[in-house]
Amino acid sequence: MRFPLASPAAVLVFCLLGGCSGVQSALNPQGPQAAHLARLFWIFTGVCTAVWLAVMLVLLVGLVRRTPARTDPLRLDARSERRSLMVVAGAVVGTLLTVVALTALSYLSQRQLFARERPAVTIKVTGQQWWWDVRYESDAPDKIVTTANEIYVPVGAPVSVKLAATDVIHSFWVPSLFGKQDLIPGQDNEIQFTASRPGVYRGQCAEFCGWQHAHMGLLVVALPANEFQAWLAAQAAPAAEPDDAERKRGAELFAAKACIMCHTIRGTSAGSRVGPDLTHFGSRKTIASATLPMSRGNIAAWIVDPQGIKPGVNMPNVSIASNELDPLVSYLAGLR
Amino acid sequence: MTRAVVIVIALAAVAAGCEREDRPLRSEPVLNDNRDAIALATNAPGPGAPVEYKSGARAQYEKTAFHVSQGKKLFTWYNCSGCHANGGGGSGPALMDDVWIYGSAIENIAASIREGRPNGMPAFRGKVPEDQIWQIAAYVRALGGFVASDVASSRHDQLYAHEGESRLPSPPAASSQPGLAQPK
Amino acid sequence: MTSAETAAQTDLRDTHLDDAELHARLTRTWRTGASLIERLSSVDHKVVGRRYIITAFVFLCLGGLSAIAMRMQLARPEAKLLGPDLYNQLFTMHGTTMMFLFAVPVMEAFGVYLVPLMVGTRNIAFPRLNAFSYWVYLFGGIFLWASFMLKIGPDAGWFAYVPLSGPEYSPGKRVDVWAQMITFTEVSALAVAVEIIVTVFKQRAPGMTLDRIPLFVWSMLVTSFLVLFAMPAVMVASTMLILDRLVGTHFFNTAEGGDSLLWQHLFWFFGHPEVYIIFIPATGMVSSIIAAFARRPVFGHLPLILALIAVGFLSFGLWVHHMFVTGLPQLGASFFTASSMLIAVPNGIQIFCWLATLWDGRPVYKTPLLFVLGFIAIFVIGGLSGVMVASVPIDAQVHDTYFVVAHFHYVLIGGAVFPLVGAVYFWFPKITGRLMSERLGRWNFWLAFIGFNVAFFPMHILGLQGMPRRVYTYLPEMGWGPLNLLSTAGAIVLFASFVLLLINAVRGAARGAPAGDNPWDAGTLEWATTSPPAPYNFPRIPFVTHREPLWDNRESLPVVTGLSVDVREHVAGTVTESFPQLRESSPEPSIWPLLAAISVAAAFLASIFTPWAVVWGSIPVAITLTGWFWPKGTPEDEE
Repeated sequence: MRFPLASPAAVLVFCLLGGCSGVQSALNPQGPQAAHLARLFWIFTGVCTAVWLAVMLVLLVGLVRRTPARTDPLRLDARSERRSLMVVAGAVVGTLLTVVALTALSYLSQRQLFARERPAVTIKVTGQQWWWDVRYESDAPDKIVTTANEIYVPVGAPVSVKLAATDVIHSFWVPSLFGKQDLIPGQDNEIQFTASRPGVYRGQCAEFCGWQHAHMGLLVVALPANEFQAWLAAQAAPAAEPDDAERKRGAELFAAKACIMCHTIRGTSAGSRVGPDLTHFGSRKTIASATLPMSRGNIAAWIVDPQGIKPGVNMPNVSIASNELDPLVSYLAGLR
Repeated sequence: MTRAVVIVIALAAVAAGCEREDRPLRSEPVLNDNRDAIALATNAPGPGAPVEYKSGARAQYEKTAFHVSQGKKLFTWYNCSGCHANGGGGSGPALMDDVWIYGSAIENIAASIREGRPNGMPAFRGKVPEDQIWQIAAYVRALGGFVASDVASSRHDQLYAHEGESRLPSPPAASSQPGLAQPK
Repeated sequence: MTSAETAAQTDLRDTHLDDAELHARLTRTWRTGASLIERLSSVDHKVVGRRYIITAFVFLCLGGLSAIAMRMQLARPEAKLLGPDLYNQLFTMHGTTMMFLFAVPVMEAFGVYLVPLMVGTRNIAFPRLNAFSYWVYLFGGIFLWASFMLKIGPDAGWFAYVPLSGPEYSPGKRVDVWAQMITFTEVSALAVAVEIIVTVFKQRAPGMTLDRIPLFVWSMLVTSFLVLFAMPAVMVASTMLILDRLVGTHFFNTAEGGDSLLWQHLFWFFGHPEVYIIFIPATGMVSSIIAAFARRPVFGHLPLILALIAVGFLSFGLWVHHMFVTGLPQLGASFFTASSMLIAVPNGIQIFCWLATLWDGRPVYKTPLLFVLGFIAIFVIGGLSGVMVASVPIDAQVHDTYFVVAHFHYVLIGGAVFPLVGAVYFWFPKITGRLMSERLGRWNFWLAFIGFNVAFFPMHILGLQGMPRRVYTYLPEMGWGPLNLLSTAGAIVLFASFVLLLINAVRGAARGAPAGDNPWDAGTLEWATTSPPAPYNFPRIPFVTHREPLWDNRESLPVVTGLSVDVREHVAGTVTESFPQLRESSPEPSIWPLLAAISVAAAFLASIFTPWAVVWGSIPVAITLTGWFWPKGTPEDEE
């Protein structure tokens, strides 16, 4: 009888060749917490694989070994029954010890991973259908920075993220930095992580939250401390004044159209908190919750037909005349 | 065989009532038939009862639970509650009673939102997309208790429920002469 | 003997009748008539069980089709086959159908069919309740799928977390349909649980002491107790959800002092035992099949029973591992890590005992055994990945990703569906009297085994690469495309294997080789009667002297006599020793259970529109129940 191993083995090889890395991989850690998690994962995987192989080996040997045919199924050999009992009892004790060891390992890791230190930065992230409101807390009101979907953090310093939700349950997950934690209405959760290297790390909502759950992405951008401070200072400033005629026209259109009903641009009359803050929209790397790369073309596409790109999203299809699109896009792209 | 026919007929009958569960996301790009007719109607309180324009073209908005619930969300987001509270009225008139200064048909309500009314109701033409205006109007109809109970949205998570958010008993004096009600 | 004489002689016993006369009289007493009304009135556990099994497989088919639709959508990034609205409905329908309309009912269906045969009685306890439970289940399932066809398919997931499923974020009737469907299926599951417990405790054949009860019957007994304690939690939860949505209560509304996590606690307090409600009967099937094909009794009968009971108890202490990332206190969470890992021990005992049985036995490689071997290979992977997700830190990474999707499909398909398909091949000859094709069976097994692993193993990797669950699509840049395509290909192969199962079953039922009473030479009581069993199950009630009665008494089974042949009677005995106490009458067929089910269904259905339906809906329910329990004027049971 052919042994039923071929297909999982083939897939496993496929995985190893393809690599478990990727844009959003849990096994491509970029911080101490994620590295610890990945290590723990590989230990568990090793133990479990060994157990599975042992079980399969016993099954296989048990099937192929020659046993004398039984005329009467009830005539059992007392000695071999006793031997089986010893082996099974031994295996049960082994299982128990393995389980206790893994539990202890898990518990120690858990204590270490969820230990709190004094954070260098505290960020409040509020999940909404289907984007992330990001707020850098500060004692000085003029230093409070609001942005959306992209979280900048300093490298090598513990970052504390306070998680809240105003509508339904979401889950904050940036696999290469830390495990996930839910954002639950009426409950305050908090996680801490550290990014070891500068880079851009993608994350995504991990709790089903409705139509655009699939496109509720976010980026964590880790910068060296001085660049981070510069970024923070720039973000605290109000929006750039439009400096040419086209952008001025764009600003007027923004205020006259549906845009102003939902979005804030600090320093202008737009102040609604329904949608993401667009004060420094042009400086972002992506639009539509880390769904499209930032480009003039994508901004235009998004304004014209958000429902075609992300069906069900809360940004409506707005009627825009053909000569209004360019100024609007120029204005938004210029909000750096 | 007859059983199958009966089942098919029953299903068809139920299906006919099912547009109230449709969730169209990209509505028709331009919804402007008879928009101007409504816009040209008087938007000041006239001497008699308000003229009601019932084209019926937008009936699906108040027959669809999804539209009504979207309207409820937008009602909060666009700060309609700033003047109308949650339908009980404030600086703007109440929407849960049966006093309708500018008519209670969905067309009239949509026109009020789009074109505004004297004494404080701003015009949202161009600011609120056309289909959202109809959704909000449908929700206002639900506040007034005009839509079917299985379409009307349930309570806000932030609010104690009122009986299906249906209308309050009408104030005795105002109900006879709606046209003369004081705009609050 | 004329019919007048028969009527006069009311107390004819089976003691001295010859076989032909006994058969004729018992058949007349116990049979289900051929007219439509008589069919609808049937209370025969075999008729109801068969309907249950077929209905459950129809729902399996629907659930499978929805899975295929989802896999097609996910086969490549940013596919436009399904929009998010339809996709969300489909994954909700898939989960709900598979859990509530397929897995639990099909396991109970096998219990309904087999438990009375295995314990050697004539019908299940409370047979009218049994018929009622089937109708309620059928109406609940039709209600859900009809709603889906009418575009009112629930779309908040089979777990329906609030506030997403609450009044503000799920407008319309979609979630109400889901919540009420739960009520339907729970009512039917609770009814079956009660029947099976009473059947096992009170109706066993004389001599079948507790330690002679077959393992499958033990597994159904433990499962029934799980149902009894777990299902009320979800019924309470779904009722609270309907109240929040329809009446305006605030059980789950944080703003008014409710708690959205309360839902998760209630749901998973049911939801985790639910997994074992599905899995434990499957272990019973595995034990039956292994004993028959390893040609020896299962090694470690007592440890296996104790392991089943231990799993049953422990399964109620695991639910929080579904909530590790909700921000619960760390110490509490780690307690649930310990309990979740601990359940590996009783499950390990079962696996080791089966391995020991196979080791010592001389396996006969028929299709049922192939599926059991496939079960061991797959389920052990699922169990071990379960140990991984039981760890709070690891769960923080893999929770709600495709890793978890892979894990629970390994547990549920590997742990329950593989044994179930094995059980279909195993008991098909008993149910239909005909054998299924072995050749097609082998094809079926290999397609299922390969298709399953190709479909679900890549999901482990996808999860680790960061692919969350319940996404209707993903960006091309994420690099998840190739593995998703592979997984879709596997899913199609897996689906094909079920098509093959269907073909094999239809062919087998139409023109399979006649099976005879005991085609596998198995040892338990259901193989003692004819295939398919006569309406009265056993001409005379067997007397049990061993765990494997048919192996112990090769020539002829000892029987007890003294039951009436002209009225429906069975033996009721003591709980532990099964010492016969009573000749208890068993209810006649009745149309009332169907009418009661219709009125209950109408009340449930209407109550998603108005809470007053509970009030006026109770009137027809009361009327039909009165008809159901109308006194018959029969004498009391005799000692």
